[in-house]
Formats: sequence, C-alpha cells, structure tokens
Amino acid sequence: MTAESLSLDPVVVGVVLAMAVVTAVTKVGGIWLVRRVEVSERLEAGLSVLPGAIVIAILAPELTAGGPAEWGAAGVVLIVMWRTESILLALCAGVLGVVLFRAVV
Amino acid sequence: MVERDGTGLDEDGGAEDVGLGRDDETGDGGPEKPDAHREQPVDANREPVTFGLEGLRTGFLTATPVALGVGGYGIAFGVLAHQAGLSVAEAALMSATVLAGASQIVAVELWADPIPAATIVFTVFAINLRYSLMGAALQPWFQHLSPKQIYGSLVVMADENWALTMRELASGSGRGAFLLGSGIAMWLCWVASTVLGTIAGSAVGDPARYGFDFVLAAVFVALAVELWDGRSSLHPWLVALVVSVLAAQTIPGRWYILLGGLAAAALEVIRFDG
Repeated sequence: MTAESLSLDPVVVGVVLAMAVVTAVTKVGGIWLVRRVEVSERLEAGLSVLPGAIVIAILAPELTAGGPAEWGAAGVVLIVMWRTESILLALCAGVLGVVLFRAVV
Repeated sequence: MVERDGTGLDEDGGAEDVGLGRDDETGDGGPEKPDAHREQPVDANREPVTFGLEGLRTGFLTATPVALGVGGYGIAFGVLAHQAGLSVAEAALMSATVLAGASQIVAVELWADPIPAATIVFTVFAINLRYSLMGAALQPWFQHLSPKQIYGSLVVMADENWALTMRELASGSGRGAFLLGSGIAMWLCWVASTVLGTIAGSAVGDPARYGFDFVLAAVFVALAVELWDGRSSLHPWLVALVVSVLAAQTIPGRWYILLGGLAAAALEVIRFDG
C-alpha cells in the first residue's frame, strides 16, 4: 500500500464527517422525535418514497446522456438483478454487457 | 444545519396517528408527553426487552451472512470512491463513520473538484431521512432501554440489519441488543469490502476500457430493483424521472437529483388519502 492511498485530505475529512453527522442525526432523530411529538402518516408516506425517487433522479439523466450500449447494459443489470437478487452478479453482467455492446454498436 | 422545513414536505396539518410502525406493534398510542413512554405497556412483546451479551451475539451471527452479501455493494462503492479520487483511507473513513450505502454511493457520484460540500451533505441527509422512520418504528421495544443503549445501537443501523431486527423483536424474543450486534457485523463487512473495492479500483487503469465507468449506473439500476415497492412506486418514480431529466437539461449543477426526489415526495404527500 502506498503512502498516497493512506493520505487524508483535510477538506475531504471535513465533508466525510459532515456526512457522518447528518446521517447519525437521521438515524437517531426519528426515535428521539417520536418520543416527543407526532409524525403524520401523510409526511411518512412522502418520506418513504424518497430513497427510490432519488435513485431514479440520478439514474434517469445519466442513462439519457448515454447511448444504446448503456441502455442495453442497464437492461441486462435489471434482468439479472431481478432474477438472481445478487448485486455482484448483476454488476459483473452489466460491466461485461457494456463492453460487448460498445464493441458492437 | 438542515431544517426539516427545507424538505418542503411538512405543510400538512397532520393525521392523528403516529403511524410509524408498519405492523400492529404500535397499537399503544403515540407518546404525547415527554415522558409518556415510561408508563406505556407494550402489548406486542411476550418477553421484556433486555440488553445483553446474548442478544448482541445472536444479532451478530444472524446478520453475518447478510452483511457478507452487502459486501458486494461495499466493493462497488470502493471502486467508485477510487474513481472519484478518494484515497483508501478516505473511503474507509467514510464507510466507517457514515455507514449508509446508497447515500455514500451518491456522494462519490457528486464528488468533484472543488468538492460541492453543501450539495453532497444535503443530498446525503435527504436520502437517509428514511432512517428516521425506521428508527422510530423500533420505539415500542426500545422504550425501556437507556438512551445510551438506544442511540448507540441506532448509529450502526442500516437497511438490512434494521429489517432483521424488526423481525427478531416482532417475534417477541426481547433481545434488545440485536440491533447493535447485527450492526457491528454490518460495519465490519462494509469497511472491509470498501477497502477491497478501493484497492481493486486502483489496480484497474482506464476505467472506460473495462466498462468500469458503467459500474455506477449499474449500481443504481440494481438499487432501483431492490427499492421497487410494487405499483405504489410507479407514480413517484415517474415524477422523479420526468423532473430530473428536465432539470438536468435546464439547471446547472447536480440539483436535479434533489429536485426529482423532492418532487416525488411532495406528490406523495399531496396525494395521500390515508
């Protein structure tokens, strides 16, 4: 392992720790809050769709910017993940797929 | 630093129920007073919830196979973190202190020079807001544990070990330390696989040559498959798709991610009909 791989940039460390703090707040905040105030089901319904919606919001523009090779490979990941539920298998199939499709297209 | 109001989600008056338990275990009414939880009986439990070594051990052993599976995401995260320019130490530090897979993958996707710190931190917060709901759902069993035990356990909560813990506690085993034990297993695998992925990433030269530039999109497709919750996901996801694609073409920066996510959540809040 090189010295470079062990380097810690102060700015990076700062952002990472800020990420850690806000994540810890989300993890402990819910139970802290529910011991004190009520959260409506309506708000809960909204919050529950956030993770999936954010994943789609990242993925959609990314794939729109890609081409047929990327779309095809995304389809391969979708099918493999859906059928096997194995993330490693799905990723390997997707990476292999994109290399093959790029060579063909 | 981030107000809840910033999500723009809580303008509704609020229904009466606490409604955070997905099943029947929160049928004991919501805690109205600061200390109301002390007196409330928990009808869902057969045994009193205790916090001991046996529960810690059971949690650790039960979660280990699951945690090894999650290692696949850890390796992918490590590869992406390396591509984003993070060192092995920086990626490991992030996995060790944040421990929230999807948000970490999004964070390294947003990584740039200079680092858009505010965008990253706020996006991470938005993605992880679900943990608040998940943690709150544990309240019926955790009410007799000490704050130190509760909050210490919640810090190592991730999606997978939360699900295992809910199952364990709902069975009435009373193992209050299950979440902590399973969380420690998750933490160990997550940090170790991150280091592996970062090293693997640095062993590969030009990422595009081996299709490694596609890993990120592939990870998100896989995540989407896992997060798909049947037909109820259809409308919010369509909204997220349309809003994010339009925003990406019209607004500079990465704001389309938050806009897409928040538009979907806002629609869900408006459409909610109990």
